[in-house]
This record gives sequence, C-alpha cells and structure tokens, in this order.
Amino acid sequence: MSETHEHPNYVKIWYWLLVLLAISVAGPMLEVPAITLITAFGIAIIKSFLVAANYMHLKFEKKIIWLLLILALCLLGVFFFGTAPDIMMTEGDQWIDCIADKSCIEQRL
Amino acid sequence: MSMRGPIATHRSATGIPTGRLAIWWLLASEVFIFGGLIACFVLFKLNGTPGFEDASLTSVTAGAINTFVLLTSSLSVVLAHAAIEKGDREKSFKYIWYTIGFGLVFLIIKTYEYTGKIIHGHTITDNLFWSFYYTMTGLHALHVIGGMVIMALISFDIRKGYNFQRVELIGIYWHFVDLVWIFLFPLFYIANF
Repeated sequence: MSETHEHPNYVKIWYWLLVLLAISVAGPMLEVPAITLITAFGIAIIKSFLVAANYMHLKFEKKIIWLLLILALCLLGVFFFGTAPDIMMTEGDQWIDCIADKSCIEQRL
Repeated sequence: MSMRGPIATHRSATGIPTGRLAIWWLLASEVFIFGGLIACFVLFKLNGTPGFEDASLTSVTAGAINTFVLLTSSLSVVLAHAAIEKGDREKSFKYIWYTIGFGLVFLIIKTYEYTGKIIHGHTITDNLFWSFYYTMTGLHALHVIGGMVIMALISFDIRKGYNFQRVELIGIYWHFVDLVWIFLFPLFYIANF
C-alpha cells in the first residue's frame, strides 16, 4: 500500500477470529435455535468485519471504496426484497404450489 | 517499494492506485454472485422448501477445520504484505507459499467431504439443498484455486524484485474468499434446523 498507516496487530486479530470460530461451533450444542442463529450468523458478521477492517485494510480506505461496497450491498438488498414476496407469499387465488403437487416437475419432464 | 510494472498498478487518478480500485470493483461484483446465491438459499430455507433438513448431514468438524485453515491463510497472506512493505522479499515469498499451502489443505478437505457425500448418494441433483451446497462451495473452491495460481505467479515476480504492489492486491482478493467462507460455514454446517 502506497499510503502509510499503522499496521494492526494481525496475530491478535487472528486469535480473536479463532475465539469467535470456537463460539460459533459451540453455539448449536445448546440446541436453542435462537442462540444458534446469533452464534452462527451474528458471529459471522463480526468475523467478516474483523477481516475486512483489519486484513483488507478497509478502515484505512478512502470513502469511494466504502460507497462502492455499500452500493453493492444495497443493490443486493433490492434483489432480496424484490424476489422475496414471489417465494415467500404462498397465499392467494393465483398461487400454485407446484413443488407440493409436483406439477412443475411434470412440466419439466 | 518497487514501482516498476504496468502503469495501472501505480497510477492514482482517484487517490487510490488503479490496481487496488480494480480489485475492489471486482469484489463489489463478487458480492452479487455469492450474495445472490446466499439470498436465494435463505429465501428457500425460510420458505420451508423440502430437502434443507439435509444440512444436518454435513460435517461440522470438516467445516470448522476448513474455516480455521482459511482464517490462518488470511493471516499468512497479510503477513506477506506486511513483509513486502518492509522490503523483505524472501519472507514475503515464504508467507505467500504458506498461503498456497493452506489453500491446498482446504481443497483436500473439501474433496474428502465431496467424496463422502457423493458416495452416500448426495449429488448436485439430489435436492435443492445439495444443489446450493455444490454450486456455492464449488464456486468458492474455484475462487480458491484461482487465488492460489495467481499467488504462485506473483511470488516469483516478488523474488525477482518487481510488482511488489500485487501482494496487497491478491491479499485483498484472498481475504474476500475467506469472507465468503465465513458465511458459507454457518449456512451449510451450523444452522441445520
């Protein structure tokens, strides 16, 4: 990197990542779905933040990179919420559950 | 730091070297590829689509070991970058090859997992869960292979004394590959309810 900045303590961050990995593996042992969700995906978000901020040096990057990534995530959100109703809403007169009645499989055959 | 090499690697029209900007641009597009697949997986899982209970058949141990391997490979590649910033070519070369080694270990474990699943009849056409599993982990593995090949090529340039800035660029890419796995691990191995 051409700009000068202090390097984070990479080994210390790696230790933290391993601690978080251990928690995410141990979480499901409690057999409580809500805790599993938090320890699995909540910790995945924290781990990804640690990697992006420190290893990818995102915390030292210029705003344009942040904007680029935020834009990508926003567009991903549009995709998710744009297609979610089509998959999640299974009520209504026009709805045919073709997976359950296997009609879409027959159509494909 | 050596500034020999293509102009795109050290030109800076936006205040960011063009090569680094290009890597971030690439990664923003990768967000759609993996993010789109993850979004589809989540939608089908939330909808209670049959087959997703097969997540209980994946090996948490193998997934956790692979997560450990990739996290460690991220450490080694960032240490390669830190070494080259200090002008230590040999140390950087060494760390790059450690990273390639970790990538290889990851692929061996993945191959072992694939083999076990296929032997038990869980192929890509078995049901929607396995379709997602093989598509996403397979695409991720291709990214790992691509990263390893590029790192090997860069390592020899480093030894010869040019294109040092590429260590950072491949590092950013490799960390992204690690990031993707950080999300694939809970998706396919942990959240099996």
